[in-house]
Amino acid sequence: MSNDFTPDEMMTIAASRALKNDDVCFVGIGAPSAACNVARLTHAPEITLIYESGTIGTAPSVLPLSIGDGELCETAVSTVAVPEMFRYWLQGGRVTIGFLGAAQLDKFGNINTTVIGDYDRPKIRLPGGGGAPEIASSSGEIYITMKQTLRGMVDKIDFVTSFGHGTGGDDRQKLGMTTLGPTLLITDLAVWRPDPVTKEFTVVSMHPGVTKDNVQATCGWTVKFADDVEVTPAPSVLELKTLRDLKARTKAAHEAPSASGANA
Amino acid sequence: MAKFLSIRDAVANNLKHGDSVAFEGFTHLIPHAAAHEVIRQGFKDLTVMRMTPDIIYDQLIGMGMVKKMIFSFAGNPGVGLLRRVRDAVENQWPHALEVEEHSHAAMANAYEAGAAGLPCAVFRGYLGAELAKVNANIKSIICPFTGEKLAAVPALRPDVTFIHAQKADRKGNVLIEGILGVQKEAVLAAKRAVITVEEVVDDLDTHTNACILPHWTIAAICVVPGGAHPSYASGYYDRDNVNYIEWDAIAADREKFLAWMDEHVLKATPEIFAERVRHLRASA
Repeated sequence: MSNDFTPDEMMTIAASRALKNDDVCFVGIGAPSAACNVARLTHAPEITLIYESGTIGTAPSVLPLSIGDGELCETAVSTVAVPEMFRYWLQGGRVTIGFLGAAQLDKFGNINTTVIGDYDRPKIRLPGGGGAPEIASSSGEIYITMKQTLRGMVDKIDFVTSFGHGTGGDDRQKLGMTTLGPTLLITDLAVWRPDPVTKEFTVVSMHPGVTKDNVQATCGWTVKFADDVEVTPAPSVLELKTLRDLKARTKAAHEAPSASGANA
Repeated sequence: MAKFLSIRDAVANNLKHGDSVAFEGFTHLIPHAAAHEVIRQGFKDLTVMRMTPDIIYDQLIGMGMVKKMIFSFAGNPGVGLLRRVRDAVENQWPHALEVEEHSHAAMANAYEAGAAGLPCAVFRGYLGAELAKVNANIKSIICPFTGEKLAAVPALRPDVTFIHAQKADRKGNVLIEGILGVQKEAVLAAKRAVITVEEVVDDLDTHTNACILPHWTIAAICVVPGGAHPSYASGYYDRDNVNYIEWDAIAADREKFLAWMDEHVLKATPEIFAERVRHLRASA
């Protein structure tokens, strides 16, 4: 175990541990991408990673800047067209885990990546849903990872881009969904799982050194804690080295100087 | 039948003011050179569609050429938000922009329906998603066999689709390799397709199941080496990630954006793209 790690590193590593060797994981860009590749490079070498550009079973040596970087295709088992990706592979029920990030999240795992403020008069126009609305409904289950902030983890999100558990309980079943929805939330402070009945996210484990006050101070809803909140095991030396090497390779690859200086 | 034309003539002959236009390319093979030519020729009131509007739509919208945008993810991939799109949506600069927003699954299905000659696409989607409340083109349909409620969106049938591809043979058959996106569907859904390619070869030298668009599905082919930059063309040059990162600062300021467009687009020629990718060719 290592004691020298950042909350960000703990988040990525805790998220990577949730993935299994036989998972077929639809990977969101950003924090999910790092976690999925750390899993592949440590305990889950056979995991199938899918990016929405159509790359199935990809194994990049650096984290892609976009979901369609060339290396994803070059290292994939197969690359299919985007309509096929969404129709056969996602809608067809082949994906076991959809791994998403969020700009805004509520306690029932509903995600907003569309707008801050009113849809027609937005304060901030975010990029939008992309693949997420159907990843959220068609993947076997959903893992979410994001840093805790009062702006990000809110009582009421401004727009439901991707449906989690709605207002809780059996809301998903009422909409005709047969998939599990959000089953895991990993933040930079804690690991959360939905209550089996209410579906409200509940803290089951806090990262080393984190207090309940820390968790509440950066969360916009009143946090529920499990009866026995565990301590997340600190990153192992291997996990930390794998993540840091991956980030270093990625940084070097993306910041290679533009020789001509010409722009878009 | 595909005509081999300059990109100037191909744009002038195939695009009109007020047309609906798709520029497709999913991170890979984005038709930047074609978009820049459209900007130079000063088209107005375009309805533009694209699953992932990125830099080219920031540019088209910032230059005031777009009336409406149909899209599913408007971001600078891996970098952040699109500053010019945001300015249009949030502040109506340079003028108001109508948006029709979908999910990726919906757009991909809608292009496929367009290619298939169907009026709409049917899929399992938008469950619980609020886009269905703000987009009147998201409706539902009941399966007549099972009773399941499914999402329905209109087929996408652009007047013109622009794509970039690796190569054409001398007859004008076009080969696309690597990440394919929705280009084949967007071409077959369109009334007219204009394709820029890296090169023309005697023999496409590929396998029997390769993604090839026959010459009789294409209106015009234009040879523009580097025409996807700062996107990439697998086998020819790498993605210019630095350029995507730098775009954020350029697009953040209206004056800086206009000055950049003047220098690098309005006063530039299509030939400049070959120079822009020179340093990205070695490792591709």
